[in-house]
Amino acid sequence: MSGAMLELILMATLDTLYMVGISGLVAAALGVPLGVLLYVTRPGQILARPALNGILGIVTNIGRSIPFIILMVAIIPFTRLVVGSSIGTNAAIVPLTIAAIPFVARLVEGALNEVSPGLIEAAQSMGATPYQIITKVLLPEARGGIITGLTITVVTLVSYSAMAGAVGGGGLGDLGIRYGYNRFNPVVMLITVAILVVMVQGFQSLGDTLVRKADHK
Amino acid sequence: MITLENVSKTYGSGPQAVHALKPTDLHVAQGEIYGVIGLSGAGKSTLIRCVNLLERPTTGRVVVDGQELTSLGRQALNHARHRIGMIFQHFNLLSSRTVFDNVALPLELMGVAKREIRERVQPLLDLTGLSDKHDKYPAELSGGQKQRVAIARALASRPKVLLCDEATSALDPQTTQSILDLLKDINRKLGLTILLITHEMEVVKSICHKVGLISAGKLVEEADVGDFFTSPSTRLGREFLNAFLELDPPQALIDRMEAKPGPQTHPVVRLAFTGDAVSTPLISRLARDCNVDVSILEAKVESIQDRTLGLMIAELIGPQEKTQQALAYLKSHDLQVEVLGHVRRNA
Repeated sequence: MSGAMLELILMATLDTLYMVGISGLVAAALGVPLGVLLYVTRPGQILARPALNGILGIVTNIGRSIPFIILMVAIIPFTRLVVGSSIGTNAAIVPLTIAAIPFVARLVEGALNEVSPGLIEAAQSMGATPYQIITKVLLPEARGGIITGLTITVVTLVSYSAMAGAVGGGGLGDLGIRYGYNRFNPVVMLITVAILVVMVQGFQSLGDTLVRKADHK
Repeated sequence: MITLENVSKTYGSGPQAVHALKPTDLHVAQGEIYGVIGLSGAGKSTLIRCVNLLERPTTGRVVVDGQELTSLGRQALNHARHRIGMIFQHFNLLSSRTVFDNVALPLELMGVAKREIRERVQPLLDLTGLSDKHDKYPAELSGGQKQRVAIARALASRPKVLLCDEATSALDPQTTQSILDLLKDINRKLGLTILLITHEMEVVKSICHKVGLISAGKLVEEADVGDFFTSPSTRLGREFLNAFLELDPPQALIDRMEAKPGPQTHPVVRLAFTGDAVSTPLISRLARDCNVDVSILEAKVESIQDRTLGLMIAELIGPQEKTQQALAYLKSHDLQVEVLGHVRRNA
């Protein structure tokens, strides 16, 4: 294998990490609050707003039902607005993030759902405000579940990022398709897949370790 | 210290409405331990949750420590709740926090400074016997220890009132006793007013001063614990007491029992002695003065706090006019007489 090929593989690996890293961070920053909102505005919950909850639920479901490849193309005008271009690695980050936000939100909502209602009641009996219940009870108690959800999200983003080639985003998946598949180079194909496997394993072990540290159940 | 006036709770409306709590008045005096007892679904939980407004009553007023909670806004209510501690059947400790941090939680919520929190938490851990459990997580503790943490946590904000929601129902009998001893101890040491709900007579017997009996959302009987255990005034009260004392006639006798007296039958009575009657040799006098034979089927003596309760199931044997006379004699003394039925004597 040529040095140029190795460099391509290295660059593609960095591109994938970059896309997954940025979109994962932004999706967590926006998806966690959305998940909390989905949970606390449920009927009977501490900030019950059934109408708002219904709207948020529908929007979240729409976001989750659009196939990623279609989403990526459909939001090109928005992507251009945000990063100034509709092609390239940065342009791929926008749809990746948009796809991941509702994904994170539902996983966070599910994690919060696992917190015993008795804990919320106990906090209310101590005179906790809704904000205090969220920050001191719900989020810390659901920490393990939230980290599990974020790990799943990152792994999903790794596989979604393979489609980034469609907008010239680069990354390992793109490399595998262009060199491995289109140019019949099974070695490149195998190497890219192998790197992706190692990457997913790494994220998963990191997530598991963090969950173990966070959970005292 | 706690006053409920005409408090009721209805879920839903129209024909589907569920009246969990019918209009109820309740008063718990300063320093008192008041137990509300009832079967599951009787409305106990709703009642205690109405006191700190975890359930907002449909009607009525709730006054705690001179403050009418039902008239307060959200913020003032949260403030008032700092003065009302609560513990739960399933402890409701945060699994993500150590023992120390669990006890510190209410203080954090109140915005108490870190250093003061440290100073206030330690004595509570000492009081509840958790001094060496500081950095443990709830998952590492036994049920009894968890409830101790919950008690320490409930006391952290220096409340005037402690609400106990089936606090010992998930514990084994031995642990239950140690938690009850702790509650009694803090009631005495801190002058804390305690309102508890339970389905266990044992809890009422060992720590309560007053007891309220709740059934189908209504407080049907209210009494000092000594009076309740010696002479409950309602049928349900008697059922609770008998189930607790396990003093029923043998099944073989129940099967033979008839409701109405006949010429060939003898009354079977349940006698409950209290006060001076416990030490009076009543049975031998009965035999001598009324000329009846007394066959004692079962008997036991219970101490209810500072009072003694003697219980006996006996058959009065003799001609009908003599047994009637004997019953009248018993009733003229300071004891409870209940005729359970009449049995035909196998000659």
